[in-house]
Amino acid sequence: MNKAKLMFVVAGTAFALSAQAQLRVEISGVGSNQIPVAVGPCAGEASAPAQISEIVKADLTRSGMFKIIDASPTTNLMQVEATSYKARGADALVACSVQQLGGGQFEVQYRLMSTVQGNDLSGFRAPMPNQYGRLAAHKIADDVYEKLTGIKGVFSTRIAYVVQQGRQYRLEVADADGENVIPALTSTEPIISPSWSPDGTKVAYVSFEQRKPVVYVQNLVTRQRTVVANEKGNNSAPAWSPDGKRLAVALSKPGNTQIYIVNADGSGIRRLTNGSTIDTEPQFSADGQSIYFTSDRSGGPQIYRMSVNGGEPQRVTFGSSYNISPRISADGKTLAYISRREGGAFQLFVLDLESRQEQRLSDTTSDDSPSFAPNGKYILYATQNGGRRSLAVASTDGRVKQRLSIQAGNIKEPTWGPFMK
Amino acid sequence: MRNVKHVAFILSTAALLAACSTPPAPQKPVEVVEKPAEPVKQADTRAVEPVKAEVDELDIPGGKLANRSVYFDFDSYVVREDGKEVVSNHAAYLGKNQRTILIQGNTDERGGSEYNLALGQKRAEAVRKSMAALGVAEGRMEAVSLGEEKPKAEGHNEEAWSQNRRADIVYKAK
Repeated sequence: MNKAKLMFVVAGTAFALSAQAQLRVEISGVGSNQIPVAVGPCAGEASAPAQISEIVKADLTRSGMFKIIDASPTTNLMQVEATSYKARGADALVACSVQQLGGGQFEVQYRLMSTVQGNDLSGFRAPMPNQYGRLAAHKIADDVYEKLTGIKGVFSTRIAYVVQQGRQYRLEVADADGENVIPALTSTEPIISPSWSPDGTKVAYVSFEQRKPVVYVQNLVTRQRTVVANEKGNNSAPAWSPDGKRLAVALSKPGNTQIYIVNADGSGIRRLTNGSTIDTEPQFSADGQSIYFTSDRSGGPQIYRMSVNGGEPQRVTFGSSYNISPRISADGKTLAYISRREGGAFQLFVLDLESRQEQRLSDTTSDDSPSFAPNGKYILYATQNGGRRSLAVASTDGRVKQRLSIQAGNIKEPTWGPFMK
Repeated sequence: MRNVKHVAFILSTAALLAACSTPPAPQKPVEVVEKPAEPVKQADTRAVEPVKAEVDELDIPGGKLANRSVYFDFDSYVVREDGKEVVSNHAAYLGKNQRTILIQGNTDERGGSEYNLALGQKRAEAVRKSMAALGVAEGRMEAVSLGEEKPKAEGHNEEAWSQNRRADIVYKAK
């Protein structure tokens, strides 16, 4: 299926807010079984805050799981004939309408229909606030994705990453498609390791603004910032517990870097690992009972797992002499990490923790900072091309790849946000 | 002329009022101390007293203390032979001079930012421990890491990377 290589650029529908750092998304590769779906323009969307059908099509295409067939515009949502699209190869039809309510308010309504029986598979009606016009479209795409694949869609989730332009660093939050870019923090000193709270309202990160690495938690909604760890030495690598109450961090307080657990308000700090080598990059397992981390206790860096209550760590990676940056999928079954291979290439790998099957997902050579989409089907990571840092997305089966870049500067340290309520 | 007189009158009245507003300080008797008259020195206006300028050897350009960087191999925090001389030169200087230093560990851009931050810390620690072994007091040294965040060389090749795998000895202001 890879021979049907898809390459296109989703250009930004540039509005003033995102003009400064518009992300460009390029896609290559498609899924093994693409579901053919017909999507047509929504009734009344020309005057709506966002072009719903175009966004839905772009989302579904980017996922690599769908083949889009252009359908006729919907005129009356209650009188849509889906079965006529069977002949055009579609399994399902997406039809929608946008209605202008009073006072500049909009409402979107959508139907997902089978082209075989003509019956409804799904649908909903939802308000469409002006500032969240695109979000309404992403929620439709999420629903289509879920109803047709059985997997939750991630189109309405967000990502965070760091942009560096000269001496300027910006922690930015964007929609998963790279639109709606909002700077959450700007600084003249480095910002690294952003990490979303499980509820998606806060981001923990490391800022060098005090001339050394200090761990902060920033509430994105209220702007409130809390210093979570500012001990002697380096404070870094924050990772949230699944309940959002605690963070695992890496501190160099003892001289070398070790793992500590701290409450989200900065209280109750306690040391977890006890060694003289490097222990860093902690990550909670999905059940919150284990910590995966990077340690060079065996000589080179490898990934280990230990109980959150302490005890002897178990080594997890063996495939290379250099394995770093563990990330665990939400179902706890897959480990993503960066492995240094022959020729000095740093590449994204996944390990099936049950079968011990290892798979390389990238063909670039300077990858770092992997991050799972909350549905576990995609991994966002940082890479390099043409001497500049950019972002990339790979599906965990290795078939679909996307590249996200910006006009100027380096983009790095990406992290995929959670499902939002 | 009349106008001028008026102004003069107003000014003097104002001065009088101002003087009255502060109570006069109590008069203290001036103490008279008698000193014996000093003998008049005959200045030798042709004498030359030699002075040696105190040049801090730290500041000699091209001097052995000018090199303040210790370089490392990839993913290593072992002080190499070429770094040991740098360490011993500065340890000797610190033995003679009451200065404090910051040791900043750095890495090249490859690998993850967090592992590199920890690696840079290990490099700074390795230099700190080497200096402590040569007698430099612990309290006069602080080891910190900048990881891969502040590269000295901006390139993306081994030449740049080798420059960035480094611990710098930074003297704090006196």
